[in-house]
Amino acid sequence: MPRWTMIEAIRDALAIALRGDPRVLVFGEDVGKNGGVFRATDGLQAEFGESRVVDTPLAEKAIVGTAVGLAMAGMKPVAEIQFLGFAYEAMDQIAAQLARIRFRTQGRFTAPAVIRAPYGGGVRTPELHSDSLEALFAHTPGLVVVTPSRPYDAKGLLLSAIRSPDPVVFLEPIRLYRAFREEVPEDDYEVPLGRAAIRREGADVTLVAWGPTVPVAESAAAQAAAKGISCEVLDLRTLAPLDRSALQASVEKTGRAVVVHEAVQYAGLGAEIAASIMDLAFYHLQAPVLRVAGLDTPYPPASLEDAWLPSVTRVVRAIERAMEI
Amino acid sequence: MQVYRFTGDTTPDQVLNEAGEVVGELPDQAADLALRWYPFMIFCRKFDERAQLLQRQGRIGTYAPFRGQEAAQIGSFAVLRRTDWVFPTYRELAGLMYHGLEPAHALLKSRGHPDAGRMPEGFRMAPPQIAIAAQILHAVGAGWACKLQQTDDMAVAYFGDGATSEGDFHEGMNFAAVMRLPVVLFCQNNQYAISVPVHRQTASPTIAQKAIAYGVEGVRVDGNDVFAVYQAMRYAADRARRGDGPTLIEAVTYRLGPHTTADDPSRYREAADVERWAAAKDPLVRLRLWLTRQGLWDDERQAACEAEAEARVCQAVAEMEAYPHKSLEDAARHVYAEVPEGLALQLAERGKEAR
Repeated sequence: MPRWTMIEAIRDALAIALRGDPRVLVFGEDVGKNGGVFRATDGLQAEFGESRVVDTPLAEKAIVGTAVGLAMAGMKPVAEIQFLGFAYEAMDQIAAQLARIRFRTQGRFTAPAVIRAPYGGGVRTPELHSDSLEALFAHTPGLVVVTPSRPYDAKGLLLSAIRSPDPVVFLEPIRLYRAFREEVPEDDYEVPLGRAAIRREGADVTLVAWGPTVPVAESAAAQAAAKGISCEVLDLRTLAPLDRSALQASVEKTGRAVVVHEAVQYAGLGAEIAASIMDLAFYHLQAPVLRVAGLDTPYPPASLEDAWLPSVTRVVRAIERAMEI
Repeated sequence: MQVYRFTGDTTPDQVLNEAGEVVGELPDQAADLALRWYPFMIFCRKFDERAQLLQRQGRIGTYAPFRGQEAAQIGSFAVLRRTDWVFPTYRELAGLMYHGLEPAHALLKSRGHPDAGRMPEGFRMAPPQIAIAAQILHAVGAGWACKLQQTDDMAVAYFGDGATSEGDFHEGMNFAAVMRLPVVLFCQNNQYAISVPVHRQTASPTIAQKAIAYGVEGVRVDGNDVFAVYQAMRYAADRARRGDGPTLIEAVTYRLGPHTTADDPSRYREAADVERWAAAKDPLVRLRLWLTRQGLWDDERQAACEAEAEARVCQAVAEMEAYPHKSLEDAARHVYAEVPEGLALQLAERGKEAR
């Protein structure tokens, strides 16, 4: 079995989807000849042709808006927004159009497009290349919001996303594109949407993380273990709809939770998860749910991002606080 | 230095002038077409007037009248096949009904019914779009699908003069042109976007000329001349089906009514201006003049046709009012393919509260 990075796993998922379903097409800025700025679509145009792997004009609204029309007309568009920060350009088409076609038409039409976008910080990018906007999409009924934290999941989740009857916003953590390799089957396989995964079992504190903060939570759990605190790491994988049972089961076991995300803290998904935990497992809680998140500022310039991002140290401190309360 | 300037003729194409005289090329079977269109235009006018009254009576909510634009809509929809994609705005009910939308269904949007957007099976009609110009990109996407699926179907986006200020219009036209897609961008320039006149939307003398910069063909047509609209749409459809790419059509027309029932147009336009369009330029008047001159119409036929239209409108209103209520729970089933656990729990809570 090959050992692949996340970017290689994503490329393989796209190739499998293109090979297996003539309705699938991949498009966006620089995805064709150049193979994508991160090489997620490397070689796909050569293999599948210019009509199925398409360089579009530089227009995010049009990329998403045409995906809506293509999907309504029975195609399976996999559109790329080059960096998630540029999804602001396309917010009407994502939130007011793509997400609502099924509801607006009461099921007469659907728009099962996939919008892929690299996101998250840690790689010293220019402005608007590192933002985590998942809460905007999770707040939009009709969208499925997915983010992998490892190569195996990236491939299986992306294949599920492409075959989903619902539109999926597929968020790819830039920092994890080439962070590590793992064994990824060459076969076609799916990782189900809407299901979280336990990355590490523990008894004292549940660390809820997704995408780029999963490795942060794992490192924090390892450090906490050295101090005698047993942490469970829950990788949500799908942010909307939420895997409520996985959240409930874990917090019922541990009685404590720390949510770790890169997005700004205020009105971030951490707040929704904290509220869900209170709904689902209030009588099991031994401490308030804590959050370790980005600062309530725009994503900062590169020289400040290490101070801005949730660090392992801050997560360990939150774990200790949860234990002290 | 080479300076680019538009020097084209801005006079809209006509087939019938305001006196109903032939000044251009009539389509084949013009009489048959006119005898199909004109009664439908009368029906649409009655429908529109009744809908506005229904709002005043509190039987429906906000309604966006289309009267004055019947020729622009019916003349262009007349070219569409059932397999063509059409992406309308909220002001295209005349065209949609001509295409096959039941008049009762056409009233459901103002009724606030969730099924208003559940467009009929057997057609490729998208629901009326509320966000200005957003549907243009959907039409470009659907046109792209037609091309990939190797059919000679096309996609048409309907929009107004205000939409040409939106980014979606420009992104959509550019995209369709670069990809050479079978798309028609059909602009009804009805002179106003709510209160703002077209000369405050754009500094170009025409909307049609905007096509040039995108490598697209533009046509400017008298939107109150149903034959001229039909001819322009046929030209654009032929290009699309042949694989020659998109066409921008500007149909110059006038919104005789308010923007919606919530609007008071006396705040921003002169009664004399409305009168001028209502009297001399009314699309129904013009077609009736021609039909009469052909010996195909008289007062008796007019009276019979109006009575029939009236009855159809009454029937549509009755059907709309009898349309079964849909519960929030039923509507909420269509957010995702399957109801997510969280939403299901919320609905169960609402159910308990209701009991």
